[in-house]
Amino acid sequence: MSAHLLEVRNVTRRFGGLVANSDVSLVVEEGEILGLIGPNGAGKSTLFNLIAGLYPPTSGSIVFAGEEITRLAAPARCALGIARTFQVVRSFDSMSVVENVVVGALMRHAGARNARQKALETLELTGLLARADAPAVALTPPEKRRLEIARALATEPRLLLLDEALAGLTPSEARDGVELVRHIRERGVTIVMVEHVMEVVMPLVDRAVVLDLGKVLAQGLPAELVRDERVIEAYLGARHRAA
Amino acid sequence: MVEQKLSAQNAVVAAPAEPESRERDSIDHDASLRGFARRRHRELAVAAVAAVAVALLPLAIHDVYLQNILVLTLMYAALSQSWNILGGYCGQISLGHAIYFGIGAYMSTLLYTHAGLTPWFGMVIGGGVAALIALTLGYPFFRLRGHYFTIATIVVAETGLLLVLNWDFAGGAQGIQIPYGPDSWAHLQFARDKLPYIYFALGFAVLTFIVTFAIEDSKWGYWWRAVKDNAEAAESLGVVVFRSKMAAAALSAFFTAIGGSFYAAFVSYIDPDSVMGFQFSLLIALPAVLGGIGTLWGPALGALVLIPLTELTRSYFGGSGNGLDLIIYGVLIMVISLARPEGLMSLFARRRGARASLEARAKQ
Amino acid sequence: MTLQGLAQILASGLLMGLIYALIAAGLSLIFGLMDVVNFAHGEFLMLAMYATFGIVAATALDPVLAAPLVVGAMFVLGAFVYLAVIRHAMRAKANIGMVQVFATFGLGITIRGLAQHLFTPDYRSIQTSWLSGRTLDVAGVFLPLPQLLGGALSCLSFVALYFVIRRTDFGRALEATREDAGAVALVGIDKNRVFALGWGLGAALVGIAGSVMAIFYYIHPDVGAPFALIAYVTVALGGFGSIFGALAAGLLVGLVEAVSATILEPSMKAIGIYAVYLVVVFMRPRGLFGNL
Repeated sequence: MSAHLLEVRNVTRRFGGLVANSDVSLVVEEGEILGLIGPNGAGKSTLFNLIAGLYPPTSGSIVFAGEEITRLAAPARCALGIARTFQVVRSFDSMSVVENVVVGALMRHAGARNARQKALETLELTGLLARADAPAVALTPPEKRRLEIARALATEPRLLLLDEALAGLTPSEARDGVELVRHIRERGVTIVMVEHVMEVVMPLVDRAVVLDLGKVLAQGLPAELVRDERVIEAYLGARHRAA
Repeated sequence: MVEQKLSAQNAVVAAPAEPESRERDSIDHDASLRGFARRRHRELAVAAVAAVAVALLPLAIHDVYLQNILVLTLMYAALSQSWNILGGYCGQISLGHAIYFGIGAYMSTLLYTHAGLTPWFGMVIGGGVAALIALTLGYPFFRLRGHYFTIATIVVAETGLLLVLNWDFAGGAQGIQIPYGPDSWAHLQFARDKLPYIYFALGFAVLTFIVTFAIEDSKWGYWWRAVKDNAEAAESLGVVVFRSKMAAAALSAFFTAIGGSFYAAFVSYIDPDSVMGFQFSLLIALPAVLGGIGTLWGPALGALVLIPLTELTRSYFGGSGNGLDLIIYGVLIMVISLARPEGLMSLFARRRGARASLEARAKQ
Repeated sequence: MTLQGLAQILASGLLMGLIYALIAAGLSLIFGLMDVVNFAHGEFLMLAMYATFGIVAATALDPVLAAPLVVGAMFVLGAFVYLAVIRHAMRAKANIGMVQVFATFGLGITIRGLAQHLFTPDYRSIQTSWLSGRTLDVAGVFLPLPQLLGGALSCLSFVALYFVIRRTDFGRALEATREDAGAVALVGIDKNRVFALGWGLGAALVGIAGSVMAIFYYIHPDVGAPFALIAYVTVALGGFGSIFGALAAGLLVGLVEAVSATILEPSMKAIGIYAVYLVVVFMRPRGLFGNL
């Protein structure tokens, strides 16, 4: 029996006639930061959602910490230790910042009081403590990103799935974001990041998986991948094809 | 302030936090927690003062007609608060709550007239039955979204109405007249004295308020609001949406039914059209929507504005079916919903963010 | 139950169903356009009936001839209601759906009060139509002429609707605004104009139904309520926003009602409709043809 934290085995996902993921297999080791990259339409979001439990794969299986989770819905996966953020931030607008995080903290902390304590700690970690009592609608977009992460962190996951959490940030915001991700890993959380922005992601991740047209194109160390001809072709090929 | 923020961020980078900044952060924690506790206590204090004020009102108001309005206002405040649990906090808009009101009214009345059971037990039983029915309906209904769910609730209530209309044991269209007896608390029956009804209604309103207050800082409360704001995000945080909706529905139905039992005892006569009609379902939801859907005080505020106004206009203008009371009533509803879509509570929200938050609460 | 009896039930049910479909179409159009459930729809119907009565009383015209006037007036009324009232409900920051429900609910009550005030709660009826009390006998099946007219007008209206929506610029503007109300300004479509016309059209459809129903129903301020309820269920059954769904569902509702009326107590006939709704929506949570 392997000791991988997450195993995706030959997973295929169809939407009607469209095959978004085709026979995708990968593993995630405990404690690593894994990047999930690829050009537009590669199927990164679909794979991400499959791991998160938004919908089941058409075929194939997913195993988390030795348990078969293929048919489990998102709440059950959260209970097992998988948390995610959303690419388009989905804050709970009728509540304050700390209350948003409380929703997540209630996963592991029974009472509202304990959950609030935990929520405040998590806000501190993500640098939002000063905004704890502000309404969630009042946050700036980068702060809302942090809130997404804080909420997911509050569920005390073993595996955190970040959906383009670093996209569209200014250089200094991106620097802070990278620091945050590193710090989260230091606390023992395994991270899988879907990302677009290569310059930010490549220095951050331990390994990366490149998807193209729904299939795994290559995987390995960032340094190798940036020199891999197939990867370059996949990213640049779109430009050539268009021209 | 800036230094604090910078050092908090530095604390994120440097793995073991310096003792000094850690102390500063736990002060922030405590400050936030204390502030929260203070706000909560303040809300309770305001409620207590309001409750006492209302309790003293009957000493000043002796006009039976006005006392009647007071009872109705309190009852609608409580009913709407019960509706608010499912509709405002959990975001599931039911326009068929009259069925639970009717279940409460009929159950306690039938148990009283046929088995001599005191309404105090009758209302709890009625509440339990209503909760069970809400759960049973929830199974098929909570897979419906938005307007489809709402129409389904209307349909169920209408079905219930029609069934009772044709059920001879329950009096059919004639309804049931509760036999008059001596004044008694055990039977919740008083021939002329309105005071006991006022105090019961006040107790009922206070009860639903306290329940909602507790909900606001409870696991269910946070989950319900998360489901309402964004069900998918809630699921990703471990919330089982279906179970949440069921819990809200059962709680809401339970208290609505108790209101029905009280009403039956208050007016001593019930019939299907008055306690189970669609118009009545709308009336249960109305104070919450106009006052501030999803807020703690919204239903009470809405009832306070709506009920006295409609009762007074009905007696002064209505009467002979000249429609003036309906016109005033309808215009009032339109004006409030158009001028203050988030509810009258927004009149009290001074901070810009609080206003936006209220808008988000009203968002369906 | 003879074959003739069955045919009679079917015929009555379908004719009434066509009328229900007409009422529901107006509701579905408005909803599909801007996500507003018009809770004053029943009152629109009531007003159309009163308007028909009024014109007939004042001019001694046959109600059939008065119908175009009524429809025109309802169109104007619908557009006016949008511009004066609904537009303000829409400007609420986000889609605060509940508010729109209650704003139109308030509107409905106001209209009902106005009707009571201006016309008194007395029941009225039109006896003077050429169609009143006449029936067509087709192989032993009796088809009352007013209902027959209603059914015919309903069919015509749906055909006309189809052409308007698919083949005219206005129809295309309607669909475009439905898809993305925010973006249509970029292509020169005035959203408010489209909405106002949409409301006018929806009200006009109800106007057709009302002018015909005035011939064979009693007219009073509360007449709209039960039909509104049926309309909501019909729209939901067919799928919100689907005009064709409204037609199919209307026919189904008419049939079910006719059958229920013979099987059950007459006062309980609505239960048949409700039961069908609950079953259908359980299996297809978006109605028969809904695609929200």
